This record gives sequence, C-alpha cells and structure tokens, in this order.
Amino acid sequence: MTPAGWVFMILSICFVVGLIAFCFIRVLCTPTSAEHMHAPLEIDTHERT
Amino acid sequence: MGKPKEAWATRLGVILAVAGSAVGLGNFLRFPGTAAQNGGGAFMIPYFCALIFVGIPVCWAEWAMGKYGGQFGFNSCPGVFGALGRRSIWRYFGVLGLLIPIVIYMYYVLIESWCLGYAWLYLTGSLNLGDDPSRYVERCRDAFNSFTGAGQDGLMMDGRIHVSVLVWVLVFGINFCLIYRGLSRGIETFCKFAMPLMALCAFAVLLRVLTLGTPNPALPDQNVLNGLGFMWNPKPVDGGGSWWTALAKPQVWLSAAGQIFFSLSVGFGVIINYASYLKRDDDVVLAGLTASSTNEFFEVCLGGLITIPAAFVFLGIAGAQATGTFDLGFKTLPIVFVYMPWGNFFGFLFFFMLFLAAITSSLSMLQPAIAFLEEALDIGRRASVTLLGLITALGSLFVIYFSKDMAALGTLDDWVGTVLIVVLATVQVILFSWVFGVERGYAFMHQGAQLHVPRLFKFIIKYVTPAYLLIMLGMWCYRDLPGKVDVIRAQQVPFLAITLIVTMTIFLLVLIHLASRRWNRVEVQPRSVVEAEGTG
Repeated sequence: MTPAGWVFMILSICFVVGLIAFCFIRVLCTPTSAEHMHAPLEIDTHERT
Repeated sequence: MGKPKEAWATRLGVILAVAGSAVGLGNFLRFPGTAAQNGGGAFMIPYFCALIFVGIPVCWAEWAMGKYGGQFGFNSCPGVFGALGRRSIWRYFGVLGLLIPIVIYMYYVLIESWCLGYAWLYLTGSLNLGDDPSRYVERCRDAFNSFTGAGQDGLMMDGRIHVSVLVWVLVFGINFCLIYRGLSRGIETFCKFAMPLMALCAFAVLLRVLTLGTPNPALPDQNVLNGLGFMWNPKPVDGGGSWWTALAKPQVWLSAAGQIFFSLSVGFGVIINYASYLKRDDDVVLAGLTASSTNEFFEVCLGGLITIPAAFVFLGIAGAQATGTFDLGFKTLPIVFVYMPWGNFFGFLFFFMLFLAAITSSLSMLQPAIAFLEEALDIGRRASVTLLGLITALGSLFVIYFSKDMAALGTLDDWVGTVLIVVLATVQVILFSWVFGVERGYAFMHQGAQLHVPRLFKFIIKYVTPAYLLIMLGMWCYRDLPGKVDVIRAQQVPFLAITLIVTMTIFLLVLIHLASRRWNRVEVQPRSVVEAEGTG
C-alpha cells in the first residue's frame, strides 16, 4: 500500500461517510410531511390527445 | 377510482427501499474489479466526478418526475411519462420502464437464488472443494456449473429434483409474498430490516478480512495491506508510466460513469415508480441524495474493502484479477473461504449478504409492473400479482432451461440490463429537461425541499447528461452492436432471448394502448373534489 493509495482510500471513504452522515442527520432530524399527495386518476392531465 | 392509494409509511422507509433497490451484487462484485482494472485509486477521480455530474442529477430528475406523476395519480412509467409529456406518444415510451424491470427480474431472481443457495451450502458445510489445493479452481468451477446447470441446456429440468431449482422456487415465492403485502407492509417493512441486516453482515465480513494479516507466512507479500494496495494504489491502466496517465484514457472515464450509472439503478423505471408514492411536501432532493449516498457507502466503504483484498490475501494477484460478477463471486471467493479461518461461517455471511442485496433489488423490479397492471387494467393487487407472477415465472424458466454457458441470461443482460437502461435514461432526461422543461422541473424539485440544488444542475441535466448518454449509446452501437447482431443471427438461444424481449415489448405496448384509451375516457373532476378525496 503506497502513500498515494492511503490518500485515495481515506479520502474516498471520508467523502462517502461524510455525505451519508450529513444526509441521514438531515433526514432523521426533520419532521415528515403528513399530507398525502395523490389525486385520483380523474384529474385533468391537460394532455393533447 | 375507488381503490385506496398506496403510500410510503415513513420517509426513512422510502429512502431505504430506493437504496435497497440500488445496492445489489454490482456493489460488492462489479465495482472492485472495475476499479482495480481502471487505475485503482486513480479510478476514484472519474468515479466521483460521474457521481456528482451524472448519477445524482439523473437521480434527482427521476425522483422529481415520479413525484410529479404521482400528483396525477399515476404510479407507472407510462402514466408518469404521459403526465410529463402531455402527449399520448410519451406513454408508449414508458414501455421501457416496464420492460426493463420485468425482464431483469426474470434472470436476477435466478442469481438471487444462487446466492441463497450458496449461503445454505456454507451454513450446512456442503460446499466441499476437497483436500487438494491444486484442484480448488477446477472443483469450484465444477460446483458452480453443477449448481447452475451451466454445462448443458435443460440440465435443471431433467426430471430430477435439483437444490438450485428448489431454492429458485423458494426465492420466487418470497418475492411475490412480499410484493403482495403491498408497498408499505411488504417492500418498506422488509427493507427496514434487510438493509441494516445487510450492513451488519457486510461489517462482520469486512472485520474478518481486515484482520487476516498475513495468513501464509511462506508468502509474506500476500497480506491485507498489499491487498488493499492492489485495490486502492493509483496506477496506470496499461502498466507503464505514471498513474496520471490513467486519467487521460477515455475508457476509464466511461467505465467510471458506467459503474455509477448501473450502480445507482437509474434508468430502471424503479425510482420513478417509488417516488410517485411520495407525499406533497416530501423532499425529493434530500431523499435522492440520501439514497445515492447509502448506495455509495455499500459500494466504496464495504465493497471496495472486502472482495479484492480477500482474494489477494489468499490467492495473490491472479485471484484478485478475477473480474466479472460470477467469476469473482462464485468461482474465486469460495476458494478464499476454504483458506479463511471460520470460512464456512463467513462464506454463509457473505452470500447471505449478497442475497439480501439482491432481494431488495428484485422486489423493486416488480412494483412498477404491479402498479401499471392495476392502473391499466383496473384490477386488484391479487390479480395483478398473479398475472405478473405467471409472466415472470415463464421468463425465468426460459433462463433456467437455456442454462448452458448462461447464454439466455447473458443475452437478456446484454440487451436489457446494459443497453436498454441507457436508452430509458436518455428518454427520461430528454423528457425532463427538454419536453417538460428544465426550469419547471427545477422549480418542482424544490417543492418541500430543504436542500438547494445548485443552478449548475440545470445546465448539466439539459446538456451534459444527454450528451454523455448519447455518447455511451453511440460508442456501444459502433463497437459492440455488429458483434451482438452476428451472435443473434448465428445462435439459437440468443435469438430466442431476443424474441422473448420483443414479445414482451409488444404485449406491454398493447396494454399501454388499452390503458391509454381508459385514461382518455376518464372524466375530469374539479380539483376541490380531488383534494377532498385526497385528504379525506
């Protein structure tokens, strides 16, 4: 394992771990929305048929 | 429509379900081989560039498209495409979002059953490679061929009871039981348990690999550090010069983007379907980024540290150079587990982990078609699950029967699992950025979003991503298409596999036509009625 190998490995892992930690902290600390979004199929899609 | 609409129970649930869909065999078996072949550590530069400039933007686009279609009550690709494109023709392009997951499921469920089968063989100590190390490679290959029937067509259906077929029936049944339970009670609940369990298995195997040290004192170079070095040391691709030269190779950048593309499960039609069940204020930016980063965690932090170093420690450079999902997973690693202390236990953990990775993916492949059948034919879940079960069982039996050299599986994977997903992604990106409009898409994406996507995204998704995808397709057509066509003309099984794909496409197009007529007949209701039903 060369020093450059260590650098690439550590930077890659730190980047991914940092990203996932940031995301999950935001996900878990934010209240979820309650309103359901679906409308039935009968809604007008403005499609030009 | 009187039927109750399905929805995700929790935000974490949908993220784990999408991440589970993305994390598959490729994270543990394809990524390490691709990285080691394409510059080692240097590969990570184009890899992360591809993640940031191609993978995540396409993911965000898919999440936004799905959520947008969901507000019109559509959960399937044809319905969502029609809502976005506002022309019936776009519904027919949505056939790709049904065909791809259905056909991939036909062979993926088989590979999934091999993983569970191998886990069972390790748990019971039944995978015996003998006492002669010089014959391990041969016996490992024979064991795999015998288990999968790769030596001869029809071997798995010769009238005898084969363990692999029994496991396939079991795995097929588990998939359909879970999918029948529905989105929240089936897929979401399962992924909430399966994803942490998969991570636990992966950490246990990783701990074992990183503490192997130098297992054979007679071969001091074959140690864990050198194994990590084989994977992570930056190196030139062709063996000469500085590692910087690897970055000058277009092939390395294309391989990196290809790996990101296939790993994140974009272009499968799955994210669009899953996102269509989101709620009004759900944050697609954060959810998409979280699902992508979870997939990256399994790929880089776990996949990148387990397979190649383990193969190197016991088998040296020759073992670590085994690339390809099947060679590394089923023909090389079983030899590693023979040498490894507590090999049977860790072999079980590894293949069980692969099984969990595979089943969370295969479940996601069924839901888009289930949603479409319910929408298109106005049938219940029981009927749609039965119909899809019949179709996929026939397709899967086709793959099982034509098992020699995995010709059927390979052809389906080449055309659907490799080429058509790029085609679908291209269609999606064009639809999102050029037809629907990148400004509208960008604005819709931020509804309920906490994170702000940089404005550069608009330029990337409108110009860079389509250009990249078209280059990928062009290169494939120039380099690989003539050879693939020759194979189809010359060999029976690839021809039959293509016939299966074409037949499925026509069948789905007919269903889309029927669905389109039904959707066009539906009367328009005032928004107030819709909202009253939605909140009532």
